[in-house]
Amino acid sequence: MASGGGGSSSLLWVDKHRPTTLSRLTLHPDLTPRLRRLASGGDLPHLLFYGPAGGGKRTRILALLRELYGPGVERTKIEHRVLKVGTPPRAAEVTTVSSAYHIEVNASDAGPTADRLVTQQLVKEIASSSPLSTLVPTGGSGGGGGGGEGAPAGGRPPFKVIVLLDADLLSRGAQAALRRTMERYTRTCRLVLVADSVTKVAAPLRSRCLGLRVPAATPTAVGELLAGVARREGVALPAAVAADLVTAAGGNARRAVLGLEVAAAAAAATGTPLAPRHVVRADWQVAADEAAAQMVRAQSPDSLLAVRAKLYDLLGHAVPADVVLRRLVAELLGRVDQEHAPAICLWAARFDHRLATGAKAVVHLEAFAARFMAIYKQFLTEQAAMCDS
Amino acid sequence: MYFDLPAKAKAPTACKYRPATISDVRHQTQAVSTLTRSVASARANLPHLLLYGPPGTGKTSTALALARELYGPPGSPAYTARVLELNASDERGIAVVRDRINTFAAGAVATGYTTPAGHPTPPFKLIILDEADAVTADAQTALRRAMEVTSRVTRFVLICNYVSRVIPPLASRCAKFRFAPLPAAAVGDTLDTIATAEGVDLPPAARDALIDASGGDLRRAITLLQSASRGAAAGEPLSPDTVAAAACTLPPGVVAGLETAAASGQFSAVRTAVEGLVGGGYAATAVLEELGRRLSAGGKQEGGDTAADGPGGGVAAMDDLQKSAVAVKLADAERRLIDGADELIQLLDVGCCLMVVFGVGRSGDSPMSILPTAT
Repeated sequence: MASGGGGSSSLLWVDKHRPTTLSRLTLHPDLTPRLRRLASGGDLPHLLFYGPAGGGKRTRILALLRELYGPGVERTKIEHRVLKVGTPPRAAEVTTVSSAYHIEVNASDAGPTADRLVTQQLVKEIASSSPLSTLVPTGGSGGGGGGGEGAPAGGRPPFKVIVLLDADLLSRGAQAALRRTMERYTRTCRLVLVADSVTKVAAPLRSRCLGLRVPAATPTAVGELLAGVARREGVALPAAVAADLVTAAGGNARRAVLGLEVAAAAAAATGTPLAPRHVVRADWQVAADEAAAQMVRAQSPDSLLAVRAKLYDLLGHAVPADVVLRRLVAELLGRVDQEHAPAICLWAARFDHRLATGAKAVVHLEAFAARFMAIYKQFLTEQAAMCDS
Repeated sequence: MYFDLPAKAKAPTACKYRPATISDVRHQTQAVSTLTRSVASARANLPHLLLYGPPGTGKTSTALALARELYGPPGSPAYTARVLELNASDERGIAVVRDRINTFAAGAVATGYTTPAGHPTPPFKLIILDEADAVTADAQTALRRAMEVTSRVTRFVLICNYVSRVIPPLASRCAKFRFAPLPAAAVGDTLDTIATAEGVDLPPAARDALIDASGGDLRRAITLLQSASRGAAAGEPLSPDTVAAAACTLPPGVVAGLETAAASGQFSAVRTAVEGLVGGGYAATAVLEELGRRLSAGGKQEGGDTAADGPGGGVAAMDDLQKSAVAVKLADAERRLIDGADELIQLLDVGCCLMVVFGVGRSGDSPMSILPTAT
């Protein structure tokens, strides 16, 4: 990185400036006192943090953990684990991030068949012992050693916390298994589920957790966040650039900060001050936007082939199909008259469903493109006919 | 401070307030009176029981209270020797029936125990099989033989949500009791009692929100009360919004915004409203549910009692044809969401449908002819 962020410049800004304590949280000011209450109550229910990506769910969880356990939670180690699960035993791979008090795992990585066993196995393993620190009487400078005592005043809670990321992507079986597991091991561990879409979290799980809604950040809040990061990094942030970044982020604070870092790097590379032209769309966004433009520009088999090539390209670069479809829809809605909106949404919704239930994404994306072209072509033909007569 | 309390105090509130005796079970009068009589009078004459009904209506509580009245508190020697509890956290295959249930059921009844009240314990053991509808059909078949062979010394209490998933030969061996969802008043009373005991400030609005969210499921109501009270900021009474967030339902007024936007006929407004809903992290299924409720609730008697029923009228003011057009779309979208479809796109579709149907209401056409259909 060419940008002059002195010291620990190896960290991405989004990590470097992530608030680590409850008192430093800036987004969602109404949520913070409730988190503090949860942390001070001693006992903790199972939690379900839900809300769109980049709203600050994980940041809040880490801050809550830090409030509960003190700075010890920041001493984490990353482990790549291969669990032998099931009968006959199969290897399921998961990556965990853990401290002495908590463990973070994305069980859906293990795949739809193994995730059930992974969650059960991990929860059992973790729940089988209390965290060590709680066995030692807490006081001045206890066993922890090195710099970071500061256990919270009431002592550390006698349970560990399991943070399950992407809980909405867990298979049905895994979610069903989780509900037994979380009841059985309440004594020694608490689960914190994180989900983008609460719809996909099974109702029995929802009812066992305290739901905490973390909405997308408001544009004003994202703007302030960017200003803060820019100030700490010593980057001059013109208002126009900030506005562009905020619009592009759409309530996703992480995307906004990443965008700022990219833009700042681009500006620093050319040696010019930060300007709106440094705010770039991601490659996939450019490709998707071009596909949408193509669909509006020409409606013919050739045009469809061109769109198809773009779609293949996107999927080939591992852009999720639903992300592509969302972007296409957004672009199309912006490019054509609003009288077409109901039809676009209707067909998008239908092909979106097929994406979710079908197997081969490109077929459905292409079908959507073809359908849009047909509708739009018909409209254009009718208009031309009206002009002629 | 809290950490020094004995571990028992940390039990979930819903467990803490489980009824201790059968007569403490709320609302289920038929089951309660019958069981009380059979416990009190003919102690030896208890049939096999099948308790069924939706979650949170007191089935497990009744079974546990029954066991307690017959044998004394859990953990007492009589209880330990005579009662086998199997719930959903155990394996449910045929092996369990063969090994655990049959072994326990076949053993002779240990004698010489008395209940705390001084009565001798009845001469049979009790097997409580919770969530019996989740037991595999094979295992149920194996169970029916066990029930007959051991009925001299063992009584079964089967508990399930769906009586249709218990095989008929098993069901016909039991006295059946249906547990109905609790009426709002009964849920409210219980909530008040617990709130007072726990020192939770529960204003009527939050109480109603809890009752609404529970849908007659007392456990859900109590669990929600517990988690919502912990989720509220310190020193403040419980607010309906906190309850809604804890239950992952919608706070009042959120859906009205979408209706107003759709009624305006401006797609940009609809889009903003939908993006607001998705950006707010609200559950799309909850949005659909709420729309459905509004759709079927209003129109006739209760016009104008909420803000949404104001001048715009919302979905409640639609005529029947319009409503049915919307209802079809809601059903479609709900199914798709369950299948894992994208919330934003599906809600946009629903929003557009609302917008078109509202527009039709103004132009006087038939909504069915105007709505674009995807066939």
